[in-house]
Amino acid sequence: MDIFLQLIVSGFLVGGIYALIALGFVLIYKATNIINFATGEFMMIGAYIFYSLSVYLKLSPFIGIPLVIVAAALLGALVERLILRHMLGQPNISIIMVTIGLSSILLGIAEIIWGSSFRSFPALFPRKAIIIGEIVLRSNLFYGFVTAMVVVVVFLLVFKYAKVGVAMRATANDQIAAFSMGINVKSMFTISWAFGAIAASLGGIIIGNIGGVQPTLGHIGLKIFPIVILGGLDSIMGAVIGGLLVGILENLAGGYLDPYFHGGVKDLAPFVVLIIILLIKPYGLFGTKEIERL
Amino acid sequence: MPSLLEVNNLEVLYNNIILVLKGLSLKVKKGTIVALLGSNGAGKSTTLKAISGFLPLEDGEITDGNIEYQGEALTGLAPHHIVKKGLFQVMEGRRVFEDLTVEENLICGAYTQKSRAQIQRDLDKCFEYFPILKQRYKRLAGYLSGGEQQMLVISRAMLAKPTLMMLDEPSMGLAPMLVEEIFEIIQKINENEGTAILLVEQNAQMALGISSYGYIMENGRIVLDGSVDLLLNDRDVQEFYLGMGDNSENVSYRNVKHYKRRKRWLS
Ligand SMILES: Nc1ncnc2c1ncn2[C@@H]1O[C@H](COP(=O)(O)OP(=O)(O)OP(=O)(O)O)[C@@H](O)[C@H]1O
Ligand SMILES: [Mg+2]
Repeated sequence: MDIFLQLIVSGFLVGGIYALIALGFVLIYKATNIINFATGEFMMIGAYIFYSLSVYLKLSPFIGIPLVIVAAALLGALVERLILRHMLGQPNISIIMVTIGLSSILLGIAEIIWGSSFRSFPALFPRKAIIIGEIVLRSNLFYGFVTAMVVVVVFLLVFKYAKVGVAMRATANDQIAAFSMGINVKSMFTISWAFGAIAASLGGIIIGNIGGVQPTLGHIGLKIFPIVILGGLDSIMGAVIGGLLVGILENLAGGYLDPYFHGGVKDLAPFVVLIIILLIKPYGLFGTKEIERL
Repeated sequence: MPSLLEVNNLEVLYNNIILVLKGLSLKVKKGTIVALLGSNGAGKSTTLKAISGFLPLEDGEITDGNIEYQGEALTGLAPHHIVKKGLFQVMEGRRVFEDLTVEENLICGAYTQKSRAQIQRDLDKCFEYFPILKQRYKRLAGYLSGGEQQMLVISRAMLAKPTLMMLDEPSMGLAPMLVEEIFEIIQKINENEGTAILLVEQNAQMALGISSYGYIMENGRIVLDGSVDLLLNDRDVQEFYLGMGDNSENVSYRNVKHYKRRKRWLS
């Protein structure tokens, strides 16, 4: 029982961090209908920039994190303006190939700048483990979760209440009608790429803080993929719940099944669940179909 | 009085081959209601899209002529700049943001407005015109009835405080009672706010009822225009747009004329 609870709770915390990265996908998909396969690499680049700022420039996280946010926003916006803007109206498969190409380019750039060796972060959070009853939680995981949730909630509030958030949802709903309101739809695309990159890079810092950073950190992006599909691609709440679900599942599968199968079940579990859920609900748990009107 | 909007000899081509507007001209004077009538496929919506800068979004292109608004050329401007200049189009087919609430739809209407206090005052005004929207304020726009959606899109337009509002078939698919109510409110908006209105309609009777000037278009061109009194007394308009047969005695002669006139409309 204790192990079960321990696995659930730590899976939940990991899942919250996944949710933030999943948000990186969703924010871009919602406005532009583009699945950004370079989300993982945005994450990795964010982690490296933070690493450099704190290790080489010895900046405090209170300066480093805002700088990473600015850098990520610029990266996302530039990618949209310089590359994807010119792909408007092209077939989906070409656009997907472009984002996959982008992920390889970012990976290559990271290897050139930072090399391929593993780097560990300086401590961001208090080191003392969190103990709740019988459950012991690693401090990096616990505080990382809390930080991720704060960021997710900020994004949720922006989308719900800020004018730019409402305009982004309007754009996602009906682009031409959004134009007719005087909304600069193209700049909404740029902003959503900037937002997506910010979410991913903050997720990158949190993950880097738990397990260090190397150029292949972005491969976690592949694991996030079932989460966004599960959640319904265009739903922020879906990303959160999908993230938590996958985190828990993965941990349970890893804890109970891996010992019998020489490992590997942990990484497989999310995809098995993904397939089952999509068979039942093709739009994901929270994805929008057209609203059916009577 | 100087014209607010002037469209001169406009020619519009879709997909590089389909010529839809073939030298269309029209004017809207400040603070007036002008009707643009015509049957299906005449090019009414295309005219509005050309004015609002939407053509590039549909692979359409202005190949000749020009559009001037308050003396400035509009051709080539992006849609959001055109809205900022005070020209707002309410598109055909009640394009509410279905996934957004009524409140959020209205926020989008006021997107170009800066003063929160002014937006609140305008919102209160909308609720006076359309009290039902206040009751539906937190509801998803996708779940409103067709009539409520029409009220919502007109309110959205009001919140943008345009000098010229272009309405594309506001009567489409609504019950006659409701159409009457909507047209009354359009007239009130024009009177109370001084908003000029370019009204695209198939319902000629209703549209001419509130307009001061009308244009009739067929096949990408204006075939007849004039003050409403003039149009209402025009036999062609009576027959083809208002559905009143004339009661002239000489039937056979009339048929010949009818054929000629019909030909004029369709050529
Ligand atoms: N995006 C487009 N691409 C190609 N042809 C188009 C496009 N939009 C409209 N057309 C054509 O242009 C012509 C005029 O269309 P438009 O929508 O302007 O007519 P309308 O007068 O508004 O008709 P209705 O009363 O049915 O709304 C039609 O023949 C239509 O098929
Ligand atoms: Mg039309």
